[in-house]
Amino acid sequence: MFQETPYIRHKLRVEKSAKTVFLLMTVLIIIPLIMIVTYMVYKASPVLSMDFLLTKPTNGMRQGGIWPALLGTLYLVLMSLCIAAPVGVMAAIYLNEYAKDNWLTRTVNLAVINLAGVPSIVHALFGLGAFVIFAGIGRSILAAALTLAVMTLPVIITSTKESLSAVPMSFREACWNVGATKWQTIRGIVLPNSVSGMLTGFILEVSRAAGETAPIMFTGAVFYKAIAEGDVFAYGLLDQCMALSMHLFTISTQVPNVPEALPYGTAVVLLSTVLAVNAISIGLRVYIRSRKKW
Amino acid sequence: MVNSQPKIQVSGLQVSYGKEPALKGLSLDVRDNEILGIIGPAQSGKTTLLKVINRTIDYISSARVTGSVLFEGKNILETKDVHSLRRKIGMVSPLPVGLPLSIYDNVAFAPRAAGIRDRKKLDPLIEQCLQQAALWDEVKDRLDTLGTKLSGGQQQRLTIARALSHEPDVLCLDEFSIAIDPVTTMRIEDVLKELKSKMTIVLVTNLVQQARRLADRTAFVWNGELIELDDTETIFSDAAKDQRTKDYVNGVFG
Amino acid sequence: MITRKQWTTVSEFLIETVIRICGISAIIFVLGIFFFVFREGAGFLFSKWEPIKFFFSTEWYPTSVSNKRYGILAIIAGTASVTVIAMTIAVPFGLGAAIFISEFCTGKLKEILKILIEFLAAIPSVVWGFIGLMVMNPLIIDIFNVPIGLTALNGGIILSLMAIPIIVSIGEDSLKAVPDSYREAAIALGITKWQMVYRVLMPAAKNGLLAAVLLGVGRAVGETMAVLLATGHAVQIPGSPLDSVRTLTATIAAELGEAPVGSDHYQVLFVIGIFLFTITFVINLTAYLIVKGIRVQKGES
Repeated sequence: MFQETPYIRHKLRVEKSAKTVFLLMTVLIIIPLIMIVTYMVYKASPVLSMDFLLTKPTNGMRQGGIWPALLGTLYLVLMSLCIAAPVGVMAAIYLNEYAKDNWLTRTVNLAVINLAGVPSIVHALFGLGAFVIFAGIGRSILAAALTLAVMTLPVIITSTKESLSAVPMSFREACWNVGATKWQTIRGIVLPNSVSGMLTGFILEVSRAAGETAPIMFTGAVFYKAIAEGDVFAYGLLDQCMALSMHLFTISTQVPNVPEALPYGTAVVLLSTVLAVNAISIGLRVYIRSRKKW
Repeated sequence: MVNSQPKIQVSGLQVSYGKEPALKGLSLDVRDNEILGIIGPAQSGKTTLLKVINRTIDYISSARVTGSVLFEGKNILETKDVHSLRRKIGMVSPLPVGLPLSIYDNVAFAPRAAGIRDRKKLDPLIEQCLQQAALWDEVKDRLDTLGTKLSGGQQQRLTIARALSHEPDVLCLDEFSIAIDPVTTMRIEDVLKELKSKMTIVLVTNLVQQARRLADRTAFVWNGELIELDDTETIFSDAAKDQRTKDYVNGVFG
Repeated sequence: MITRKQWTTVSEFLIETVIRICGISAIIFVLGIFFFVFREGAGFLFSKWEPIKFFFSTEWYPTSVSNKRYGILAIIAGTASVTVIAMTIAVPFGLGAAIFISEFCTGKLKEILKILIEFLAAIPSVVWGFIGLMVMNPLIIDIFNVPIGLTALNGGIILSLMAIPIIVSIGEDSLKAVPDSYREAAIALGITKWQMVYRVLMPAAKNGLLAAVLLGVGRAVGETMAVLLATGHAVQIPGSPLDSVRTLTATIAAELGEAPVGSDHYQVLFVIGIFLFTITFVINLTAYLIVKGIRVQKGES
């Protein structure tokens, strides 16, 4: 009774081949990634060491390490986070807790999506026009960090909004029912229970900001700047700085006769920083899921 | 026994969500220190009525409210200070809500929001509320465990304790027994009988017999309108005036 | 002496005000981006800009001493060529992977694949460009026996790898949004999984999948560093995928540093910025409206 007819056999064959094709497609996306990363690490291996991280480039950037770029990236990332995090979190609170379903809210949502979709080079033009020239800050860490903050704002808004909306509505209602104000409810119940989700957003912001090149190119990052090795306060807010992403661009295109291992080493440091940061955010997400309080 | 002025007087209350009417000109009154049972099939506007009484209807942006609701003589639809209003009205929702805080903090949430932070004042208040909600004996040794870790029935009593924590004049319960077992239901019903001496209770219930057991007077609400409001005995006897009331309490529909 | 109640009311009001201001910050920034980019380019736009020559001339000689010409047709062709190549690769692979992850695998494998796709999305664009420059370049030279591997093909492949994660994650979301009852109903009729995907899920999720593709296009058009490094800087209309090209984004990135602030050349680069902003705005708006259309269909508010 349940015997396969030729037609069914054909259908099952199609099914099987469809599955194989989709599997192959997925694998073909993943495999090159792994191969390329392995290849890059192999190529970079001659220079990878603590010294590479902690010394400055010498001999016209054909030797030495990446310390000023590493420190510059750290400055840019932390500053942009300090600017984007409060604004982004409050914007998310507005969207999730206060906004009614009206044209303004829809416009804000559209603006968030658009802000995420604006090309990074246009963000660079904006940063140059608004912060460097109009506000008169000049090319500096501050101007570059502001540009990065505007660019990464949607990352924080989206992930915070998601973690806020994961807090059940009934919790809010219970608080309102006992006479708590909206803000008391948010501070007492909503925020404490979405803080780890927000943290994931911050980490993603860090990863985005660390990797970006175009927005900082014309707003504060420079090809070369000599700073003291080992001094973590070497940059001032209004100084220009080096950055890992910019440094990778510089030594792979702008400087002739750089030994291959140097740009590979820089690329690997940048890549592993970004991927490690992402891994932390994924780990955090898994951890949050594993210990829900309700 | 019956006061001249009702505790809550609802008149001509109309509520609609967008174009969908939920209450169509409902009028009723709640007297001091009584248990008013409100019965009626699902979707007849009972929960909406409670949301209007404590003004949490404000947070539903599509809701339009007209009419008047007098609480101790003042129209609550016009009051600016909704938070003080809500502190005079305790509200217990259908599904138990333990906030993701410790049991202690759950009950202390409302007093703290109102500015009471002194442990010396809080401790006795919290014990009293948990006692009143018949939960104290079960949790007194573990006040710092999460409220969300309690069983459903315990969480519902925690919800009641929280509703009592701001010492309300009126306690509203919205189908409180929907998610808990019969034994806990009976315990909470005993609690309500005791609380009656201290406050007015509005009991919205899906269980017709629960209203019969507890309520002094019972209102039958159907389709956004008040069909009948009378002494519970009358409603549940042949003396009920409206045929629909008789049919509903006898289980012909609903 | 203010009472506690007044204090609560005041602080509540203040906090709400700050939150509302931050809430509309996204609108302010989008308008700000348009305003400031426009402001820098306005001088040229209103006095010397000739739209016909700008859009339809291939002559881009911004630094010529005698006769400066600003025609971006070849540069538009550059952007178009890498975008088309990228989408030709990214759409089938992206949607295929989305379907595989959403429908054909479960549990641990699904989690791992999603994490890997997330990693793919996290790779900085300058690293992609570097890969194009150092890894793909020699490969293309060897395989196709051409003198230079920094071509539209190179940039297209790199861009496709960058666009795929977007297509996969949004595509998977829209497949996930198809109610399970559809799947159960289809399986109950005795059809195979592939038929279900092809006949039931794809039609049901088609708007979401379309939005996924559109956002992928947006990413490809707007990407800067990767194409700057991988496509080899030749302002020309490409005759084949193995020609070098220059994109709109790369032009700005490469030339802004050398153009004196306030010069025609500098202002033209901002005009290109306005053009790019407009393109991506339209793409994102369309994707947003499509996704919103889905919600309206499902009756959510």
